[in-house]
Amino acid sequence: MHRIITKKKIAPDIISLDVEAPLIAKKAEPGQFVIVMTDERGERIPLTIADYDRKKGLVRIVFVVVGKTTAKLSLMNEGDELFSLVGPLGKPSKINNYGTVVTVGGGTGIASIYPITRNLKEAGNKVIAIIGARTRDLIIMEEEMRKASTELLITTDDGSYGRKGFVTELLGEVLREKKNVKKVWAIGPAPMMRAASDVTKPYGIETIVSLNSIMVDGTGMCGTCRVTVNGETKFVCVDGPEFNGHLVDWPEFMNRLARYEQLEKLSFEAYRRERGK
Amino acid sequence: MADMIPTPERMKRSQRPMPEQDPKKRVRNFDEVPLGYTAEDAIYEAQRCLQCDPPPCVEGCPAEIHIPQFIQEIVEENFASAYLDILKTNSLPAMCGRVCPQEEQCQRTCIYNKKGKPISIGRLERFVSDWARKQDTKEELPEIKKKGKLVAVVGSGPAGLTCAADLAKMGYEVTIFEALHKPGGVLTYGIPEFRLPKKIVEYEVDKIKELGVKLVTNFVVGLTKGVDELAMEFDAIFLANGAGAPQFMHIPGENFNDVYSANEFLTRSNLMRAYKFPEFDTPIKVGKKVVVIGAGNVSMDAARTALRLGAKEVHIVYRRTKEEAPARAEEIVHAEEEGIVFDFLTLPVKILGDEKGNVTGMECIEMRLGEPDESGRRKPLPIEGSNFVMQVDMVVNAIGTTANPIVARSATSVQTNKRGYFTVDEKTRATSREGIFAGGDITRGSATVISAIGDGKKAARAIDSYLSSGGSLRKTSLKKMKSS
Repeated sequence: MHRIITKKKIAPDIISLDVEAPLIAKKAEPGQFVIVMTDERGERIPLTIADYDRKKGLVRIVFVVVGKTTAKLSLMNEGDELFSLVGPLGKPSKINNYGTVVTVGGGTGIASIYPITRNLKEAGNKVIAIIGARTRDLIIMEEEMRKASTELLITTDDGSYGRKGFVTELLGEVLREKKNVKKVWAIGPAPMMRAASDVTKPYGIETIVSLNSIMVDGTGMCGTCRVTVNGETKFVCVDGPEFNGHLVDWPEFMNRLARYEQLEKLSFEAYRRERGK
Repeated sequence: MADMIPTPERMKRSQRPMPEQDPKKRVRNFDEVPLGYTAEDAIYEAQRCLQCDPPPCVEGCPAEIHIPQFIQEIVEENFASAYLDILKTNSLPAMCGRVCPQEEQCQRTCIYNKKGKPISIGRLERFVSDWARKQDTKEELPEIKKKGKLVAVVGSGPAGLTCAADLAKMGYEVTIFEALHKPGGVLTYGIPEFRLPKKIVEYEVDKIKELGVKLVTNFVVGLTKGVDELAMEFDAIFLANGAGAPQFMHIPGENFNDVYSANEFLTRSNLMRAYKFPEFDTPIKVGKKVVVIGAGNVSMDAARTALRLGAKEVHIVYRRTKEEAPARAEEIVHAEEEGIVFDFLTLPVKILGDEKGNVTGMECIEMRLGEPDESGRRKPLPIEGSNFVMQVDMVVNAIGTTANPIVARSATSVQTNKRGYFTVDEKTRATSREGIFAGGDITRGSATVISAIGDGKKAARAIDSYLSSGGSLRKTSLKKMKSS
């Protein structure tokens, strides 16, 4: 059903897959995600739809190997079939012509910000895109992002490529220089999204973040992805994944994100030992 | 021969109990708790049946099982025929024999209630279906004449499976759409292995597939495709997507790390097999002292699962008393036997936690019963100043579920009520849109497997009469689209 058509290693430990999924490709919009299972014993994990080709019936997912599930997924090859793929889930990004917008992608968040950036530009926005990673090797999808945006800025934590520093520092500079930024999208690791929201807050610019919560079903059934937004409990899977970053209860979100950390580590270690045999 | 046993003799017999796993042992495994009747037990119990005419038990069975007939077949030791008798009207007998609250249904009206305990119809149904599964008894169906009409069923829980099976037997081409990767709905994700082994669910689903029913998993109706789109492809639709959204109490602290909805806790354990972690990849956490909020069947399932996962102490808090508890009596007994502590007349008001999000306790208030409320049950009222803190490190919220709006949002002109449930004609399960029918929990809120099965049967009949009289949702929808 869901055959891997193209597999590319786009950075150390970062893989891009094009997967056959005509129904999902037909419906997918920027901002939405899929739930993936590698095999029958696998976990259900959410991954943002990095791109879709309605004609060819493909969806693209990009992931970094961080645990057992992503490690198993990284070992699958072209021609292999995913055990399960379901979507498109969550609400699409609200793409309108806002004027000037900034999109920020950190790490694999670049893959998530890519279709949003592209569609914002297609909708007539001037899109300033900022992408960043720890080091040069981890900057992904640079060419695609350059095409998708009006202006592309790059940072690396170690200064090995582009500007030295964090994407949030560059975001701060852009906001200081340009007075007409109407909206910001910031997608990446939780601390980065939180920091980006802190940067934009004094400017009163609405900042959309895409929360990468733990999920099981992804359709509003289990509630494991719940998060407090503006004092109200929301389900990331059906009410999100995008929320106004200024209203997210970040400490709660990050606590919940780490709930299974020890078990995940245990499971990944056991898996690596087993494979090392 | 059984017929030889004189009535007074039969009536002297008391109900044959069903052997069960020892509570001390079973809390350490996920194997099924009741062990089932032996053939000897089943025959003995079946011989008690007085073969009433008309049989009051049948009236209490939404699955319309010919109860006295199948019991007589057991008496005559024709177990295969007994199974085939049940299968004529109920496609999920092994499941029903386990999770249907027979005490509220067929057994409630049994004549024996006047003097003693009713015939154990559920245990007999379970016995014959287990027997038949072991033999893989096949149903020989007459050549089904294909009707060339397509029906979509949304959701593969008990309502959807029943409706699909009944329609397939009538000659319709049925496709079931399931959002998860495995069929069964609540039978798969909700009810634990120790109450309903998953291989039984798989077996009965496979039987339904053998009738020609197509099952599409990983398809979220409302997102992958909407009801409106399916309406252009199918001649009729049956919506049976369940009431899957968990409810919370809206008290402070509900988003601390180790606060689970029962749906999450049970889905991880049952559907994802987290109780076999790390052999299966999905993790689950269980505290040392766990509290489950609510006293329905789901609460019992969650509490007993927590115990099996290694919790040292498990409490159930409920704001009313044991008498009002919605769980089956049998489930409460099972939970008590296993050492679950019940704290009745107790209402949680706040969950306490530390800055890392770990649960450190739950503040409750004691309740008393006042005058009866609109549900007829005495209304629980808080006793002021009675607040106290339970020392717990994990909370499971099992206060119920509600409608998930995803399906309804994609269904133009299909009316829902205030709570998001589809409004239907009680008899035909017809919604406000011609050609679309609905049943199970998405029409009434969380209820029982057997009521869902009943809805599935009614809907199948109504869909047959709709299609037989020339109706076609597909044609009407396409016409409407062209004209607009």
